[in-house]
Amino acid sequence: MTKFIARRVILGVLTLFLVSVIVFAATQALPGNAATAILGKTATPERVAALSRQLHLNESVVSQFGHWLGGIVTGNLGSSAATQQPVSQLLSGRIANSAFLVLISAIIAIPLSIGLGCWMAIKRDKIPDYVGSMVSLVLAALPEFVIGIVLVLVFAISVFHLLPAVSLIAPGQHAWQHLNDVILPALTLILAVTPYISRIMRGSMVEVLESDYVTMARLKGLPERTVMLRHALPNAIVPAIQVSALQLAWMAGGVVIVEYVFTFPGVGAALVDAVGNRDVPTVQALTLIIAAVYVVLNLGADLITILVTPRLRTAGR
Amino acid sequence: MSTAEQATTNKVPVDIRGLRIALSGSDNDIVDEITVEIAAGEVLALVGESGSGKTTVGMALLGYCRPGGRVTGGAVVVDGTPLSELRDADLRGIRGTVVSYIPQDPGTALNPALRIRTQLFETLENHKGLDAKARDARIREALEEVALPNDDEFLKRYPHQLSGGQQQRVAIAMAFAGRPKVIVCDEPTTGLDVTTQARVLETIRDLCRTHQVAALYVSHDLAVVADLADHVAVMYAGRVVEAGTRDQLFTSARHPYTARLLRAVPDIQGKRAVIGIRGRAPLPGHRPEGCFFADRCHLAVEQCHTTFPGAEEVGPQHQVRCFRWRETAGSLPAGEAGAPDVAMSGEQVLTVSSLNARYGTRAILFDINVGIGRGECLALVGESGSGKTTLARSISGLHRDWTGEVKLDDAVLETSARRRSSDARRRIQYVFQNPYASLNPRRTIGQTLARQLQMFFPGSRKEMSARVSACLERVALSDAAINRFPDQLSGGERQRVAIARALAAEPELLVCDEITSALDVSVQAAIVDLLRELRTEMGLSILFITHNLALIRTIADRVAVMTEGRIVELGPTQRLFEAPEAPYTRQLLENTPSIEAALARVDADA
Amino acid sequence: MSAGAIDPGLAAGPVPDVPPPTAASQRLRQRQWLATLAAAMRLTRTRVGLGLMTIMVLIALLGPLFAPHSPTAFIGIPNSGPSSHVLFGTDYLGRDVFSRFLHGGLSVLYLAVASTAVGIILGLVIGLSAAYAGGVVDEVLMRISDVFLAFPQIVFALLLVSAFGPKLWLLVLTVGISHAPRVARVLRGAAQQVVERDFIKAAEAVGESRWRILFSELLPNVTSPLLVETGLRLTYSIGLVAGLSFLGFGLQPPNADWGLMINENRVSLTVQPWGVVLPVLAIALLTIGTNLFTDGIARAAIGLDRSES
Repeated sequence: MTKFIARRVILGVLTLFLVSVIVFAATQALPGNAATAILGKTATPERVAALSRQLHLNESVVSQFGHWLGGIVTGNLGSSAATQQPVSQLLSGRIANSAFLVLISAIIAIPLSIGLGCWMAIKRDKIPDYVGSMVSLVLAALPEFVIGIVLVLVFAISVFHLLPAVSLIAPGQHAWQHLNDVILPALTLILAVTPYISRIMRGSMVEVLESDYVTMARLKGLPERTVMLRHALPNAIVPAIQVSALQLAWMAGGVVIVEYVFTFPGVGAALVDAVGNRDVPTVQALTLIIAAVYVVLNLGADLITILVTPRLRTAGR
Repeated sequence: MSTAEQATTNKVPVDIRGLRIALSGSDNDIVDEITVEIAAGEVLALVGESGSGKTTVGMALLGYCRPGGRVTGGAVVVDGTPLSELRDADLRGIRGTVVSYIPQDPGTALNPALRIRTQLFETLENHKGLDAKARDARIREALEEVALPNDDEFLKRYPHQLSGGQQQRVAIAMAFAGRPKVIVCDEPTTGLDVTTQARVLETIRDLCRTHQVAALYVSHDLAVVADLADHVAVMYAGRVVEAGTRDQLFTSARHPYTARLLRAVPDIQGKRAVIGIRGRAPLPGHRPEGCFFADRCHLAVEQCHTTFPGAEEVGPQHQVRCFRWRETAGSLPAGEAGAPDVAMSGEQVLTVSSLNARYGTRAILFDINVGIGRGECLALVGESGSGKTTLARSISGLHRDWTGEVKLDDAVLETSARRRSSDARRRIQYVFQNPYASLNPRRTIGQTLARQLQMFFPGSRKEMSARVSACLERVALSDAAINRFPDQLSGGERQRVAIARALAAEPELLVCDEITSALDVSVQAAIVDLLRELRTEMGLSILFITHNLALIRTIADRVAVMTEGRIVELGPTQRLFEAPEAPYTRQLLENTPSIEAALARVDADA
Repeated sequence: MSAGAIDPGLAAGPVPDVPPPTAASQRLRQRQWLATLAAAMRLTRTRVGLGLMTIMVLIALLGPLFAPHSPTAFIGIPNSGPSSHVLFGTDYLGRDVFSRFLHGGLSVLYLAVASTAVGIILGLVIGLSAAYAGGVVDEVLMRISDVFLAFPQIVFALLLVSAFGPKLWLLVLTVGISHAPRVARVLRGAAQQVVERDFIKAAEAVGESRWRILFSELLPNVTSPLLVETGLRLTYSIGLVAGLSFLGFGLQPPNADWGLMINENRVSLTVQPWGVVLPVLAIALLTIGTNLFTDGIARAAIGLDRSES
């Protein structure tokens, strides 16, 4: 088992390294001198020269990459090309806000979709299953900004006037101090990921319910409750763990548009701003952080899968 | 009195009367008119080929219908209780206490996420009278009875930490732990090697006897049944066509299907020829007016096609559903036993010398030396994991990772098929184990054969259709197959197509890799028949790979016995069977179930 | 000769039992995707999905012909409500919302279709090659896929847009490339099950070329998942392309585009909601349509799989 985990961790680190190569390569794609491109044509030659030094533009590509990656690893994310402030300072509050939004959505969405998936599987081909599959089909089809705008139309503007259409969280304040402003963005994320997780859960539960060991459990005379909770669920939940991690990672990207819709002060909105300003150091830092979240979550899902699957857990022992 | 009332007054552990189970959503029956009784301490074998409905009947004894079926008539009475009158909770209550179940494949029937201890314990959940301590004692006792360790370390294991034989023993312990009156065994030895199978069967037999359990043993394997059963009921297309004591069934079968089924089983003693049955059993919804077997029966007369025969008493406890049961005896020819007589020149087609093969880092084959003569049939026999398929695949170049030398005539062959010459590839043809997987499902039979012909003997489109027909004729299939897709043919027909494809290349050596193991015994016999004919007609050399020793006697000239990647014995078929030299061969021969041996053994006991 | 002589079944007679299939059904069977499509059309959801898709595609394609005004002409005061001559009012600059809506679908549609095509073709080649080659090739291709999978699709697009600026060909390429590893994984999984089957070995044994095995033996057996994946990716492409326009990185003003319209008019949502509602509705109906249609196909494919095995 340790060998297996070690392999996964090494692969994760390798993936992250290659991700950083791609992110870095994006800077190299900037036409002409990166410093000019960042500062714009009106910049003074002194400023261009200063930024060139700062970005090590006079050195080879490999050495530039080395400096950049070295900085990232030691926590120095560089300076924003737009504001000249350190990127890390710019993002710290926003990371906390986004993390709060994603976590609160996940805490609600994951158990909800696992429950829904099980219920649909048990009621397979009956009305709850049919309605559930239709609703999840429609929700899964909708881009998250469409869901967000519909929620705004319904809950903030035309039908009800219950919740704020946009977040009014001032810089320096935290999302958890303005829970009202979190409800709609969180609801958007929940509606976006629930169809995926519940569908996988339903599928794996259906498969498990058809398995020989579930039939065997019934033939032993066990009550249906025991059959479900003891025999079916532990086996059916494994694929849902994997897809939950994927959806959590997806949320790290999904927040980009959702935050923009609600002007929620998180990393997503920051990324959109940075792209608009062509603030490359900030974009690099943000994409790298989001990709790292994906790699770490995937690794976590693999570890949990190993722990809940006896065959994997006891391998090589 | 209703059938249910009659049955309740009849105090045998199992009493099934006129049971009918239909496909839900239609009135087409899966099984009908099933009537069997089992006394305490007695084993009734329910025998049939795939799709005969035997498992459906077995499950009904547990009050369970697989999704898609429902009971629409008759009564199942277990220990005096008609199951149809029980509510769900009461039905659960009798499972594991009165009637329990041994599954076909414990590899999938044991829950991979739960420890053995948990899975054993819960079988006693319905035993309200036992406290935790008594339950613990009981499961340890049950494990001891099936010759498994019963310490805490063993109980803490998960199913994947046990061997196939151990898993099956755990499943047996589960079934017997509740001290039921009735046990349903659903082909419990199918996936096991002969040696393990022999021991598991012995365990089941002893436990049934000790605890006076009435057992319903569902099986397709007549040799196992001959060894184990007191009574036998033969099922065909959802009906019991013949039922009687074991001796009646095996020595004086009256139904033509029973008689032919018995003749399809290869005989390890080599005293009789095998005869196959062509065609397939009609499926639910496609069953004819008359006798369901009439279309395949050599004794069928007009009446058989129009009227469904009722059960007739032809001896004490011996019932048959056939109008022609008086004619059955002696209606089948003796045939020639043993391998066909083929003139062999003595020259070698294929020579394998010091072949070693590996899979990744694992060594599979060690120093294999063997040759096949022109016109000869060499059987390669071994249990699963012995390396026999790897050897076949190395010879054909489908497995690349090997060293040593393989010579076709005098030419040394490259390791992989891709690097061999087209002619070398043509001269060795491979027939795969599973005909359900070896034909491209997106191509018609005609296209598959035409592609093969085009590969080796290019020709015009016009003449192709005639050549495809000729290929099919060689394996006794009609032109109707040309436009069919593989899934529109039966398993036996598909395997014939696979053989036709191989023969289309005009090969010198045919490698047959367990080509009958996915097929029913009657179909297996027909395929073996075909190979025998091809040998005599075409002078084909064959490498025949199998785990079934008895089958070898009907086809092979010489046998190589493999175990753990080595050939442990190599010799002429007759000599090997009559005077085996290697201890492993002897063990294999002893453990292979055989109808004749089983009957002889009981005669000696009596 | 053996005992076959007395056996009525052993003669080269008719193939027993299975009812003779019709010529038409046999032709259909050969093209797995056609058979799947035919079976899918028997499901209500497929029909509803196809209906929605057809309506929205027609609006996108033919809409410009029916637009009462130029999409860029200023025809009234900004954010005025619906009236008899401006059906859905004016947008934030005083242009006709309805005309912009009728013009705004085409870009969403062709960008989505083009990026889906890029993603599916790349993914198909990678997935099939990985599945058939196995071993090191498979491992390397999948590890490279993993690297691209680490970027959420929208983030990957934003990264490249920040470097190259908002260009339409870039949009198609980035969305397509971000689809590719996802498509490749699904098709690799489907193809692996086929590769294990012996008819592939049989083709190798007679010396069929790798190319022929990939596209003549393997591909015809994975067309159902390919069809499903195409539908799914089209749905996501529409969302991504419209989403990027919504963020301001797709079509640039003064072009008419559904995503861009939402972005431009969302500030005035409370006064004149139509500038947002119309394009949101259009995108929603289109994606719901493609998704329903795809789900119908997926269900039909599962059904066929069961009946053929």
